[in-house]
Amino acid sequence: MHTLTVSELAAGLRARKFSSLDLTLHFLGRIERLGPELNAFVTVTADRALDDARAADEALAKGAGGPLTGVPVAHKDIFCTDGIRTTCSSKMLSGFVAPYDATVVSRWRAAGTVLLGKTNMDEFAMGSSNETSYFGPVRNPWDHKRVPGGSSGGSAAAVAACIAPAATGTDTGGSIRQPAALTNLTGIKPTYGRVSRYGMIAYASSLDQAGVLARSAEDAALLLEAMSGFDPNDSTSVDRPVPNYAAELNQPLKGLRVGIIREFFGEGLDPAVEQRVRAAIGLLQQEGAVVRDVSLPSLPLSVPTYYVVAPAECSSNLSRFDGVRFGHRCEQPKDLLDLYKRSRGEGFGAEVKRRIMTGTYVLSAGYYDAYYLQAQKCRALIAADFARAFEDVDVVLSPTAPTAAFELGAKTSDPIAMYLNDIYSIAANLAGLPGISIPCGFVDVGGKDLPVGLQLVGPHFGESRLLAVSHQYQQHTDWHKRVAPGYA
Amino acid sequence: MSWETVIGLEIHAQLATRSKIFSGSATAYGAEPNTQANLVDLGYPGVLPVLNGEAVRMAIRFGVATGSKISRRSIFARKNYFYPDLPKGYQISQYERPVVEDGSLEIVLEDGTRKTIGITRAHLEEDAGKSLHEDFHGLSGIDLNRAGTPLLEIVSEPDMRSAKEAIAYLKKIHTLVRYLEICDGNMQEGSFRCDANVSVRPVGQAEFGTRAEIKNVNSFRFVERAINYEVERQIELLEGGGRVKQETRLYDADKGETRSMRSKEEANDYRYFPDPDLLPLVIDEATIEQVRATLPELPDEKAARFVRDHGLSEYDAGVLTSSRELAGYYETVVRRLGGQAKLAANWVMGDLSGALNKDALDIGQSRVSADAFAGLLARIQDNTISGKIAKEVFEAMWSDGKGADEIIEAKGLRQITDTSAIESAIDDVMAKNPGQLADYRSGKDKLFGFFVGQVMKATGGKANPAQLNDLLKKKLSG
Repeated sequence: MHTLTVSELAAGLRARKFSSLDLTLHFLGRIERLGPELNAFVTVTADRALDDARAADEALAKGAGGPLTGVPVAHKDIFCTDGIRTTCSSKMLSGFVAPYDATVVSRWRAAGTVLLGKTNMDEFAMGSSNETSYFGPVRNPWDHKRVPGGSSGGSAAAVAACIAPAATGTDTGGSIRQPAALTNLTGIKPTYGRVSRYGMIAYASSLDQAGVLARSAEDAALLLEAMSGFDPNDSTSVDRPVPNYAAELNQPLKGLRVGIIREFFGEGLDPAVEQRVRAAIGLLQQEGAVVRDVSLPSLPLSVPTYYVVAPAECSSNLSRFDGVRFGHRCEQPKDLLDLYKRSRGEGFGAEVKRRIMTGTYVLSAGYYDAYYLQAQKCRALIAADFARAFEDVDVVLSPTAPTAAFELGAKTSDPIAMYLNDIYSIAANLAGLPGISIPCGFVDVGGKDLPVGLQLVGPHFGESRLLAVSHQYQQHTDWHKRVAPGYA
Repeated sequence: MSWETVIGLEIHAQLATRSKIFSGSATAYGAEPNTQANLVDLGYPGVLPVLNGEAVRMAIRFGVATGSKISRRSIFARKNYFYPDLPKGYQISQYERPVVEDGSLEIVLEDGTRKTIGITRAHLEEDAGKSLHEDFHGLSGIDLNRAGTPLLEIVSEPDMRSAKEAIAYLKKIHTLVRYLEICDGNMQEGSFRCDANVSVRPVGQAEFGTRAEIKNVNSFRFVERAINYEVERQIELLEGGGRVKQETRLYDADKGETRSMRSKEEANDYRYFPDPDLLPLVIDEATIEQVRATLPELPDEKAARFVRDHGLSEYDAGVLTSSRELAGYYETVVRRLGGQAKLAANWVMGDLSGALNKDALDIGQSRVSADAFAGLLARIQDNTISGKIAKEVFEAMWSDGKGADEIIEAKGLRQITDTSAIESAIDDVMAKNPGQLADYRSGKDKLFGFFVGQVMKATGGKANPAQLNDLLKKKLSG
């Protein structure tokens, strides 16, 4: 039952092959049995899940269910959930119970999904390996010695291990796509503004975007549609109709114009990873896609640009965690300054502090022009590069990450090496573009098969095309169907 | 050496919107602490600001009324600093691109001189909450009801050269924002506040002197005192060979002095940057024109009309248009009277204003309505009572709320206009005062007043003064 996709589960529920309660108990059992070794969940909401499942079964019995009614899901612990602990995997919020639901949470709830729990993540979504979590690292189901990627590492591990059929993620600089690539999932980050950020605890507001981690493009289409759309509570959400993504999956590959990003096939790319991505390109070509090289010369600026913009915004966004109204407060503060310094000093982990300090620095008087303003100019150049490319091609293609999953601890002492893991994914965030990562094969590392992902990026609001291309590719391949050994 | 004072004002006008600038919470004053603060105002994780369109329209109203440029595209920025009454750790404000720029306002000084004061900019921002340091032993209380209340910060050019000019400008802005109905102007409740940038320089010097910013001045009187104190302080400092430090100073109303709060070096680096949670504020021409079309008659236009149509002096017109309500009251009185604009002006500025001041009431709270007040003036106009008696009638109206006619009848104050009645009163007075009569007739003209007084006394003040004059003159001259 647990290896079925969301669309298969939904069909089974509607056909009354199994009840939502059966399904939910089954997944809760798997979480209990397999969750601890992966450390994928921060909070399991068993009681809530059973309530949701019973309500879903009632709706289904009346024939009132929608395409997701009764399907269990998990939320990254960055989304506020009413009455449920919402930690952002930080000591700062380890005891924080949100008093409201994020828009993404309420939309999926309205669609009838069942909430299994809240997944582990890099602290405040800052990290690429899920090793910055206050609750400890998440392990990759394909190899427990390796990271699942980050920051949505708990969601990725949970879905990859089939202990949750699908999960939400957030992607500020690759945090959905890179974990998807490292765990053999389909992960989509929609256009900035497509999904409401309300209730999603902000890291870098101009880059943060919610999305989906699932086991097929079809699932991603169903789930994305259910969370998308204008929200009056988020001024940056866009008032534009949401397509029926699932109904648009059958756009043919024939004639599709694919641009291969030259700058993303250079130094640093693992040859074995490149080989799998090239093979996928070959398949697309074989199915009638028109492939050409494109050059986006400003893309190498992505990582340095990101590491100015994102810390700048985070340094301000995280100021509200001051020990005054919510979150961690130090014991016996002797005065206001002491309250601030110790509450924040104790509540935040090393990577979060590093980014707050970086961001504070780049916004400081005398440095603003040299860093923040300069980064904004680079951002405009990157966006212009993409816009130019999309005059000639429908999507651009690259690897999602330069290597397959790396070992726990391998990059924790070298922030730059860690940051470079997002070298191919960050540009889409800076340009506000939709991106998807899909499985495209495996590499053998030390006798273990590790998944490889390829990334497609489209023009603004081009999610439908990205999902369709991915779905068509998945009609010709079964990489996405493979489940990590021991979890099938 | 003689010195020139240079003053610029930063005025914070709390916009009279029903809800906050970025949240749906109410903005009413005086509610129980923290009952008008929702998750957005509390800066909860995950919440986002949504701009209140009404606050924007109010800012446009101000801009249009001051001939300013309305920015087609302005930006909200974050001003970052830590303080417990600033829940997010930053204040959303406008920094590099404010919504209103480059306006001006004309002030009229007491001697009738006119002067134009430049308005550099006016920008939208949110207010912080309040920290309460009394009442909590060793602790501070935080009230976030005010957090997120919309403010329009109006920044003048350094165009004012005396405290008097600064007050005239401040009052003019105060009048204007109330005319525009964008701010209630209540200084006690803090909905209209002012910081003053003050510097001095030797007369004739082109460069400005080093300025001090005086914060926390919450009445017109205190602004004037604070500026005068600060000017004296700076001149004394400079003449003693010292230098003025650029700093923020607080005005202490009890001691009547300013004192240093923080120096420029201690000032926060606010790390302003565009708020990524809010889109640029885009205002199109149609919106501006729509606002322009719904502007009320502004104080200057109204005053000019009072001069033109009612024949008032500029000074009187200025006083009567200082608030929209006062002008409205005055105009209602004139309309009811069907003219007599000067009589109405004198009475509104005289007895009515006096009574209001005495009881510390606004014109809107007047115990005598405009209609009732016109009723009183009508009795002066038709000679039922004299102006002097009218004062007595007005006092009675003010204290017991009755109409003029009722009081006149009840107290028998109707003026005596019957010639024979006045004549017989004169005859009596002449008969009783033969000595004075003889003196008058032998050339002591001054005694005329004595006879007027005696007759008035005899008639209980009700004799028509003009008639009395005529008849008395005739009789006395024999």
